[in-house]
Amino acid sequence: MGGMPLLQFRDLSKSFPGALALDRVRLDVAAGTVHALMGENGAGKSTLMKTLGGLLLPDSGEILFKGRAVRLRSPHDALRLGISMIHQELFPFRDLTVAANLCMGRETTRWFPGWLDHAAMNREAGRLLARLGVPIEPTRRMRDLSVAQMQSVEILKALAHESSVIIMDEPTTALSEREVTALFDAIRDLKQRGVAVIYISHKMDEIFRIADTITVMRDGRHVATRPASELDERELIRLMVGREPAPRVAGPSTTGGDLLEVRGLGRTGRFRDVSFTLRRGEILGVGGLMGAGRSGLANAIYGLAPATTGEIRVQGKCVRITNPADALKAGIALVSEDRAQFGFIPRMSVEQNLTLSSMKTRFIDRRAEAALADEQIRRFALKVSDRNQAVVNLSGGNQQKVIIAKALLTEPEILILDEPTRGIDVGAKAEIHSIITRLARSGKAILMISSELPELLSLSGRLLVMREGSVTAELDPRHTSQEEIMSFAMPS
Amino acid sequence: MKSWGLAIALVLISAALSFAHPGFLTVPNLINVARQISINGILAVGVTLVLLTGGVDLSLGSVVALAGVVAASTAHPDQYPVVVPVALGIATGALCGATNGLMVTRGKVPSFIVTLGMMTAARGLALVVAKGRPVSNLSTDFTCLGGDVGMVPIPAMILAVIALVTFVVLKNFRLGRYLYAVGGNAEAARASGINIGAIRMFAYTACGALAGVAGVVLAARITTGQPNAGVGYELDAIAAVVIGGTSLSGGVGSVGGTILGALLVGVINNGLDLMNVSSYYQAIVKGVIIVGAVWLDRNRQQS
Repeated sequence: MGGMPLLQFRDLSKSFPGALALDRVRLDVAAGTVHALMGENGAGKSTLMKTLGGLLLPDSGEILFKGRAVRLRSPHDALRLGISMIHQELFPFRDLTVAANLCMGRETTRWFPGWLDHAAMNREAGRLLARLGVPIEPTRRMRDLSVAQMQSVEILKALAHESSVIIMDEPTTALSEREVTALFDAIRDLKQRGVAVIYISHKMDEIFRIADTITVMRDGRHVATRPASELDERELIRLMVGREPAPRVAGPSTTGGDLLEVRGLGRTGRFRDVSFTLRRGEILGVGGLMGAGRSGLANAIYGLAPATTGEIRVQGKCVRITNPADALKAGIALVSEDRAQFGFIPRMSVEQNLTLSSMKTRFIDRRAEAALADEQIRRFALKVSDRNQAVVNLSGGNQQKVIIAKALLTEPEILILDEPTRGIDVGAKAEIHSIITRLARSGKAILMISSELPELLSLSGRLLVMREGSVTAELDPRHTSQEEIMSFAMPS
Repeated sequence: MKSWGLAIALVLISAALSFAHPGFLTVPNLINVARQISINGILAVGVTLVLLTGGVDLSLGSVVALAGVVAASTAHPDQYPVVVPVALGIATGALCGATNGLMVTRGKVPSFIVTLGMMTAARGLALVVAKGRPVSNLSTDFTCLGGDVGMVPIPAMILAVIALVTFVVLKNFRLGRYLYAVGGNAEAARASGINIGAIRMFAYTACGALAGVAGVVLAARITTGQPNAGVGYELDAIAAVVIGGTSLSGGVGSVGGTILGALLVGVINNGLDLMNVSSYYQAIVKGVIIVGAVWLDRNRQQS
């Protein structure tokens, strides 16, 4: 177990337009260990693993595998070296059998090249399934399996490749306790055979059960690597989160009447039983991890993915929101977290995107529209060559400003912001923060979802935390800490 | 702007043809070109609307035949005032279009399949209505719609009016803006409060109605309701639209581009006719233009 590390990252850096995702990361991974990688959303864990898996090329720095520098230009390069990756999102071949999926790319043939030996593949698949204790017939079609079963098969596939490094990204999200135990047995088995397992997860208890070493990342940088035995949950959270919170922006001191009331709201499979009140002039923050149901909540209030239970009241009156048009009529606007999918029409101009939600007349007054667009460009300091530039060509920060301006042009009373500053550079972020506080001061009610704890703490007047579909806490930002928020956000 | 390249190409090709054959650049011939592209032009403007929303309509040719047969069946001398066959023909087209639209929006069946089915069924219906024979003996009030007023062909005037109205709607009306939005990013359009189902219904219904217009005009021109008319017309229409710069994935395109595309194909066909080039070679040339135009366009976008 001693000697040279199997895998070494040396000063790896990677940036995207407007954001530094990896900042000179140095990390060693030893063979025959389970090495956990932890950090908040956006800390850089996925980006780092994507460079290892051949999905991204780093801007600078190098990766050393078995002592030799390697260039991983594609997942194929990585697989050939013996590095395989189990992604959080699965893409199985749904209409093929379990065995066919497991043997994909390494099919056994007999008699002559290309003639598939189905019997042998089924036998091999059966052996693998038995070893992991997964009670699935190798001849069943992937489409007929549950998500948990598909995840098990995906894990088996990586094991079958006989890799020396296996990256597992949140492998247990859909697994039952029994399946998790079986997985961990298999992982220990791999350890004995000298395989290095890099394990990304937010679940503390699992980490402490299985990991030998824990690395914490934050803001794209490597923060600490320690043996698991030397850490406990409190220390781990402190390392993950420990940055100076941004100075509190002077929030609105008075809030007005109830504007939005949500009671027992839920959508099957996404979130359940959420209740809260939102007042004029208030910024209600919503924290939590990815998958906690926060966007589900936002999309339900806005009608993009309507709620299946519960009720919504705007200014005391009960409203039925089944699509975005209903929400807009009720005075609710949304800035979605998925800019590309829901935010703008890519090849349309800035001017046309800005007015899309607020076109009140059948005939378009082109001159008024142009004047309005110019005014918005000025008001929000949009960096565009002119109002006819296609929105897809703008930077992330400017795209986000266009989307916010577009939502504001509908003159909403209630504004829902889902990750308003994700993927945006520092300058634009500060501008958007001041826009948000100005809006609250002018009397709008704002629901703000964010994965950035300092942002939540400095902007919110009140703070809800969600975990696995329900609200776990309501906190006062002035009297709580990033650690406390995280403790309510992480699965137990 | 994209259309300028196409306009220049059109001018250059016309210049080349006028050198190759002196009869090309004469008023009678140019009027001929206008007359020849009218039917295809009307269909192309209609299907532009559908393509803008990201769909496709393969049933155009069959709807042309069906509308023509329905119109002709009520256009016999001393039967009904000419308004009736015209209105019935257009209504038939609109109904087919609406059916397409319903299957696409409510039934969630891909437009390729829906309109393929309509293409087959409408053709059958046309044969049923016409009892398997061309419908002849049409009143002159009706057939004059396919003729001229002075030197100007009426079909070309109809195309001009349709193109102008569609141009204005796409540029200056909210409906037009919404068509582009739905095709550009349907999910973002929905998130903006747009009723994407209603917009798509409009596109398919309007396209069908315009195919009905084309069917009426064609029946008037050939003085029969021909149940076998229009075979392959949808491909020519889509070709014109695509050459004109409309993207098959939706959200990009214009009426101006479509007209230029129709003109380009029409001019080349006309020129080759004058030079007595066989129609087989003309088909090859047309195929090359279609692929070439789209290829050039994509190359320009990548750079």
